[in-house]
Amino acid sequence: MRGAWLAAPAALALAGCEGAQSWLDPRGVNARETLDLWLLTVWVSAGVMVLVTATMLHALFAARWRGGRRWRLLLIGGCGVALPAVVLPVFLVSSLRIEWPYAHHRPGDFVIDVVAWQFWWEVRYPHPEGGPPVVAANEIRIPVGRPVRFNLATEDVIHSFWIPALAGKVDMIPGRINSARVLAERPGEFRGACFEFCGLQHANMAFTVHAMPAEEFEAWLRREAGPAPPPATEEARRGHALFLQHGCGSCHAVRGHGAEGRVAPDLTRLASRPTIGAGMLPNTRGSLAGWIAATQQIKPGANMPSFNQLSGPELHDLVSYLEGLR
Amino acid sequence: MTAARPPSGQRGEEEELARAWSSPPGWRSLSAVNHRPMGRRFVGTAMLFFLIAGLLALLIRAQLAVPENDLIGPDAYNQIFTMHGTMMMFLFAVPVLQGAATWLIPLMQGTRDLPFPRLGAFSYWCFLFGATILVSSLLLGMAPDGGWFIYPPFSSRHYSPGPNIDFWLIGITFAEIAGVAFAVEIITAILRTRAPGMSLARMPLFSWFVLATAGMILLGFPPLILGSILFELERAFNWPFFDATRGGDPVLWQHLFWLFGHPEVYIIQLPALGLLAMYLSVHCRVPTFGYAWVVAAALGTAFLSMGLWVHHMYAVGIPQLSLAFFAAASTLVAIPSGIQVFSAIATIGSGRPVFRTPLLFACGGFLFIFTLGGLTGVMVALVPFNLIAHDTQFVVAHLHYVLVGAAVFPLLGALHHWWPAAVGRQPSERAGKWSFWLLFIGFNLTFFPLHHTGLAGMPRRVYTYPAGLGWEWTNLLASIGAAMFALGALLFLGSLLATLRRGAARPPDDPWQAGTLEWWRTPPPVYNFRAIPQVTERYPLWQQPGLAAAIGRGEGYLADPQGGQRLIAITSEVEARPEMASALPGPTWIPIITAACFAVLFLGVLTQVYPLAVLGGIAAWIAVVIWMWPDPDAAHPPTVRATAELRLPLDRGHHQAPGWTALWLTLAADAALYASLVFAFFFLWGYAAQWPPAVAAPPSLLLPALAWAPLLAALAAVWWGEAAIRRGDRGRLARACWIAVGAGAVFLAMQASVAAGLGPPERHARDALSHFTVLYQGFHVAVGMTMAGMVALRARRGDFAPQRHLAVRIATRFWSYAVLLWIVGFPLVHLAPWLFAR
Repeated sequence: MRGAWLAAPAALALAGCEGAQSWLDPRGVNARETLDLWLLTVWVSAGVMVLVTATMLHALFAARWRGGRRWRLLLIGGCGVALPAVVLPVFLVSSLRIEWPYAHHRPGDFVIDVVAWQFWWEVRYPHPEGGPPVVAANEIRIPVGRPVRFNLATEDVIHSFWIPALAGKVDMIPGRINSARVLAERPGEFRGACFEFCGLQHANMAFTVHAMPAEEFEAWLRREAGPAPPPATEEARRGHALFLQHGCGSCHAVRGHGAEGRVAPDLTRLASRPTIGAGMLPNTRGSLAGWIAATQQIKPGANMPSFNQLSGPELHDLVSYLEGLR
Repeated sequence: MTAARPPSGQRGEEEELARAWSSPPGWRSLSAVNHRPMGRRFVGTAMLFFLIAGLLALLIRAQLAVPENDLIGPDAYNQIFTMHGTMMMFLFAVPVLQGAATWLIPLMQGTRDLPFPRLGAFSYWCFLFGATILVSSLLLGMAPDGGWFIYPPFSSRHYSPGPNIDFWLIGITFAEIAGVAFAVEIITAILRTRAPGMSLARMPLFSWFVLATAGMILLGFPPLILGSILFELERAFNWPFFDATRGGDPVLWQHLFWLFGHPEVYIIQLPALGLLAMYLSVHCRVPTFGYAWVVAAALGTAFLSMGLWVHHMYAVGIPQLSLAFFAAASTLVAIPSGIQVFSAIATIGSGRPVFRTPLLFACGGFLFIFTLGGLTGVMVALVPFNLIAHDTQFVVAHLHYVLVGAAVFPLLGALHHWWPAAVGRQPSERAGKWSFWLLFIGFNLTFFPLHHTGLAGMPRRVYTYPAGLGWEWTNLLASIGAAMFALGALLFLGSLLATLRRGAARPPDDPWQAGTLEWWRTPPPVYNFRAIPQVTERYPLWQQPGLAAAIGRGEGYLADPQGGQRLIAITSEVEARPEMASALPGPTWIPIITAACFAVLFLGVLTQVYPLAVLGGIAAWIAVVIWMWPDPDAAHPPTVRATAELRLPLDRGHHQAPGWTALWLTLAADAALYASLVFAFFFLWGYAAQWPPAVAAPPSLLLPALAWAPLLAALAAVWWGEAAIRRGDRGRLARACWIAVGAGAVFLAMQASVAAGLGPPERHARDALSHFTVLYQGFHVAVGMTMAGMVALRARRGDFAPQRHLAVRIATRFWSYAVLLWIVGFPLVHLAPWLFAR
């Protein structure tokens, strides 16, 4: 039956053959409960499709319906009115039982601030020792089993914050701070992205999410809070000088390296992130060099200019410096 | 005059009718105002935009066919998807159904034209000029690129400095004005021009659906018109309505947009479903089963549609309780939709279906595709799932199932069905069926897989996507399906156009053996009906044997044009008792000239050449005054002969003339706009980040309070004038109206100095709203002054009588409305520091 087509996504979901940005492989409470709700609606919908298609085909191909007016009234009143009147409240009540992502803050929530920029993500963790917030970019790490509340804001236009595997999405709107409360149930590495059209590079505004066991997370955050390691090699030291000389530090920050810009991703731990360009490219030596020299070719409309005036050796040194930021 | 006319034969009357109703040939046909050329132009133009927007869709699918495709860059892609949505919604879906209603309603209702032919023509020209402005941006490479919803701040001047968004705001506002004009005209037509005896309960279902739709347009378009004006003021003059740093809020735009945007979905859907109900019953050879249920479903949908807008904004961060309300209201729409689906099935079951093309479109398009879209609609109405699906490809799939299933497929079936009546040629069944299957399979292939793509995490409005996230196969399938759909659409439209060639098959009279009046002769003559019939049944041609022949013999009302007049019958709203006759205007250039003046105004704003805009505004004002300036009352007979026994009064100046109905409808639309403005004040008060403005001392109330004196004086004067004309005193009426004009001028002068004392509008959103409210009030007083002045001049030349002074009554009601506006507006503007404190 055609109605059965609708069940196909459900079957695929259960097969678990999903990409890193899929909701069909949930890791968080809200995503899992919502998937259960949705599967309920899928089966009911499949039933309705079968009902509609079957009665339609019967009406088309059978000889004139016997039973007459009473049966037809029953069809309209029963299937058109009574059926939704019974099913819809069930759906509504089940949906109300699911905790909505932007529920109120509760004591014990771990709070992470996320600020969206055209076209990247600033992430701020509370300092484990009560210092200034620990700033990172385009990668979010959270503890498993502990509720995390994201405070969501934007520096420019409207964006929307969604980690499909964890919970529903919430918009980031100028003049407001929204919040999303998530609880990861299983560890894993997956993707989130911007889901409100925000400009030329809306398509390339993703981030990675690591859900880590709580102790591992705390250890990571303690390490993350410190300054970047000093450049270790001669090349890296030259690269550091170039970094400052070309004004990279007026936009980017590297803690402890004299770069304190705030309008571009914090690079203190750049080398430890899996991707660059907000989820665009794998974080390799080649893509780093390409990115610096040809930002506007790779991601036209991003706020970083192409630094194509750098010579080959200079680029080499700069990349060596960045590769040491871990 | 008519009594003295010698009795003439049937032929003579028919020729005179044809002469009276004909439009000039060649390029001068641009001055035509008859509903049929207007309807054809609307449908034809809209189909052209359908093809262009469809081409844009193919470009989208070509770009997304494979991951990391570099066929189209992000800048072009953003323009393409924005224009695809904008054109499909505003330049295709709404106008095509406007055109269908314009063409069909008078024919179905057994009359000869719409009650305000010039307004209908004006509506078309506004639409055409607005659409041309918008589409020209594509050719200039400056098309809107902020999505069809153009959310600020992304679309505000700071982030979108080019003219792209201005094209959107201006083109769309122009087309929306066309929509409101259409709504006023078609509601009046449905309520007041049905054939005698066609009571509400005997009205064709299509009329009910269009009535519900026009009601939604009347209340749903004004919020967007207001929003667009505010947005353009923000972009052009830096009035910060949506700027969070100066007391505005970008979410205000979202509310205004979706207050329009959700009714819009049903504005598109309902007329198409009305068409479907009509032709499904024809091809099943039985009346629609459950007429009353279906009418209730249409009206219920229209009612519910006004309370659903927030379900496009669940992710904005709206309090839980309101979300629960909107979720419940959204799911409730399933009930009227369910009624329509099962009524259609019951109709098929009770009849003897004939497998012609329209039946396929009804079953495959509506019953299958729309039902599926409705079911996913229930899913996205549920808040937790909505927050998952929102802005993913799942919603792309859902909305196309709904809109294509409930509007495009039914509409294509309707084109096939009414083609013989509209152009007098018989469409090809073979091509129709082939194209149906191409469209049906192509559509499902395109959009069904996208449900999965969305849940697998693919966003909407992305120009590219990486490989390896499980989105490749479904995207490729969708692109193949889109090509198939395009092929089907070309075959369908091509085969229709091919019937226009010389020597193509002509249809017999009433080729489908239909039951409603538009089929009494195929194609109907230029004057629609030889005589306006007396209707006693819901399906007159089925249930009133011999009716078509009787119409042909001239049996009915107003068979005799009585000196070449374009006569139609005006009937009562419920029972359709003949009350009066209306002599409609013939071909005239004034609608196109007026629309052109507005085009100059809008182009001036678009190009920021404001003197040009002012010039256009003044020209438009003059054009409207000329338009509204009638022949002297004395030039028209008070009554005309409707039948051998019955004389009907002419509607000119009559207290219950269609113009009276139109007044209240226009005021309703205006009030909807004003209500949106009041909403803006309260919304910003409640939610804006920077509120209230930092002001040293509240402004003085003395001058604003004094300004009440001239306003109330003007109101008293016009009412005094109406009392005078009721006693037949034209001189006092004229004097009273001049007093109103003078008092109005004093009010405007005082308001101008009051406005100068308000804070600068660029400072804070509250100041900007106050200035806008004062301007809006001034506009209404200026319109009232124009009306009063025209009444005074007409009274001087001897117009108006104790029983016939509609223009006076309209002026007094309008002034009362203007005062009412200020009763609301005055506290908003002048008591704001106290009213909107936090």
